[in-house]
Amino acid sequence: MASELISVRNLRVSFGSDAGTAKVLDGVDLAIRAGEIRGLVGESGCGKTTLARAILGILPRNSARIESGEIRFGGRDLLTLPESALASEVRGREIVYIPQDPSTAFNPVFTIGTQIDDLMRFKSPLLRGGADDRQGFFNSYPRERRAADRARVLELLRLVQLPNPEAVLRKYPHEVSGGQRQRLMIAMALLPEPKLVIADEPTTALDVTVQAQILKLLKQLARERGVAVLFTTHDLGAAYEICDRITVMYAGQEVEEAPVDGFFERPSHPYTRKLLDSLPSSEAGIRGIAGEIPRLIDPPPGCRFHPRCERATGICRTERPPPEAVDALHSVRCHHRLSATEPAS
Amino acid sequence: MSAAETILEVEALRKYFPVRNVWKRRIGWLRVLDDVSFSVRRGEILGIVGESGCGKSTLGKTLMGIHTASAGRVIFEGHDIAQLKPHQSRRFREHLQYCYQDPGASLDPRWTIRSSLHEPLVVHTTLPEPEREARVREILRAVGLPETHLDLYPHEISGGQQRRVGLARILTLKPSVVILDEPTSGLDVSVQATILNLLLSLREQFGLTYLFISHDLSVVRMICQRVAVMYLGRVVEIGDTEAIFSAPRHPYTQSLLAAIPRIGGPRVTDSFALEGEPPSPTALPSGCRFRTRCPKAQKRCADEDPVLRADWERQEAACHFAT
Repeated sequence: MASELISVRNLRVSFGSDAGTAKVLDGVDLAIRAGEIRGLVGESGCGKTTLARAILGILPRNSARIESGEIRFGGRDLLTLPESALASEVRGREIVYIPQDPSTAFNPVFTIGTQIDDLMRFKSPLLRGGADDRQGFFNSYPRERRAADRARVLELLRLVQLPNPEAVLRKYPHEVSGGQRQRLMIAMALLPEPKLVIADEPTTALDVTVQAQILKLLKQLARERGVAVLFTTHDLGAAYEICDRITVMYAGQEVEEAPVDGFFERPSHPYTRKLLDSLPSSEAGIRGIAGEIPRLIDPPPGCRFHPRCERATGICRTERPPPEAVDALHSVRCHHRLSATEPAS
Repeated sequence: MSAAETILEVEALRKYFPVRNVWKRRIGWLRVLDDVSFSVRRGEILGIVGESGCGKSTLGKTLMGIHTASAGRVIFEGHDIAQLKPHQSRRFREHLQYCYQDPGASLDPRWTIRSSLHEPLVVHTTLPEPEREARVREILRAVGLPETHLDLYPHEISGGQQRRVGLARILTLKPSVVILDEPTSGLDVSVQATILNLLLSLREQFGLTYLFISHDLSVVRMICQRVAVMYLGRVVEIGDTEAIFSAPRHPYTQSLLAAIPRIGGPRVTDSFALEGEPPSPTALPSGCRFRTRCPKAQKRCADEDPVLRADWERQEAACHFAT
């Protein structure tokens, strides 16, 4: 598709350890369109964060290995791009990251203003296309650009509804609340005018009322600016709130991809159905998923969900199901997918 | 009120922490619990909900005696345990247990599961070894683990099994009340469901009463019979779960419920209106604590601190204007 902003194809990443090689991502396909808010959901350990980090090119260098695959973004393959180009042109510029815990993402010994200045010095959108893009630490930060950057910063801090932005810039990270730190993180993510924001569980550390505020803000700003968001979460409620489409991952592979309404109304993969069933609801009582998530060092062959799936047959044990289209936007990887009319299990 | 007997009664419980400056001079109080009162009936699950910093964990720890109360009474099975010294209260606290967020993490990595499970019995009882062993095996079966696990070390079993052992350890003393502090936070929905089912079946089996501290309102709605909503050290609303979730009276409870994403319903992010965050507990607003964020606030709210009013059949709320 022409409007694809980023497409990940057949990505395999493994981590070496004493116990063996863990295949954390095993043939993941994912394509995000410009301006789309995409949810990436799954249980802990399913590879959500590894995928996010692989896109950003910040996998731990000594333990992670990219076995195969490509990440196409803006006509280039990010996996083969040299680190220097990645650092100066892509990471922090066109693809930015909002971390899970905003309290550890700031440096505690500098004021928020200093940290935003540092960001703008190297990642300001005013730099784009300029000759002095690849700056060293000692390069100057011209006065005019600094003033223009400062004006943008204050404007964006107002947009994320921080009261009294000038005063916030003079504060240290511990002097503002968790919700405000997350607002600052969103502002900092949007300052370089990126095309893709990777938000890694941005609201798990927050209370429900603050979560509602932050999600609202993220959705609104992404829409206004046409920024695509990859929103990883294990909270299906939060995904329902803001996503256009949702991708489910299980044990290092994507299993289903659907528009948000289709996802919640007509889940086609047995795992998705079980995940939705285990949400607390007053009608059905509490239902878990039998069994445990597989060890990634020697994962089950074929469909990785087959040991926990009651629909599993011989073919599930040997062959990974290919993606099948349920409708134009909804695809699923399952040999025995649930049909739309099937009642809840 | 129903006829069920009250097992735990909390009256005007206060816990203030001193705030000191660099020279250790007290410059104020952090009023984490301020006149909290409620009662728990035998066999019920009382949910305690609120945002972080509202004092729900401090409440659990003060009941347990991990913090000593600044004022107020905690009557547990007929005895006031709030002001007792640790050695005096030991025989009561045997029946009141506290379960941390991840009970598995409190296992000693160098002890076998057997030693960990025997320890509470050695400390609190004079049972001879064979009887202890029998008790330990019974509890281990109850939490759904095979007896062969007794000789294993914590690192040899999975995280979920560690949690079960942690729960077993709490149950070996046959407590009557268990305080569960955020037992499901940080868990995936599928694992959360397993843990909740286990908690419910254990309650059935051992006749337990739970104080369920959580910030997850959908879980609380599922398993609690009654709920207390806390805001900045106060109980602002308490009552039957169904009454509170279907007709919340306090504006804070209303905003809290409005903030939960409801799959299939209208998007919360399109309608949510509550602004701001809770003020710091060192500088509380005068009168009603919620008035700085409350859509209904009027002058009276700044002058007068509302008390819990039992104007409704199955719930009480602390608000001047709640109807």
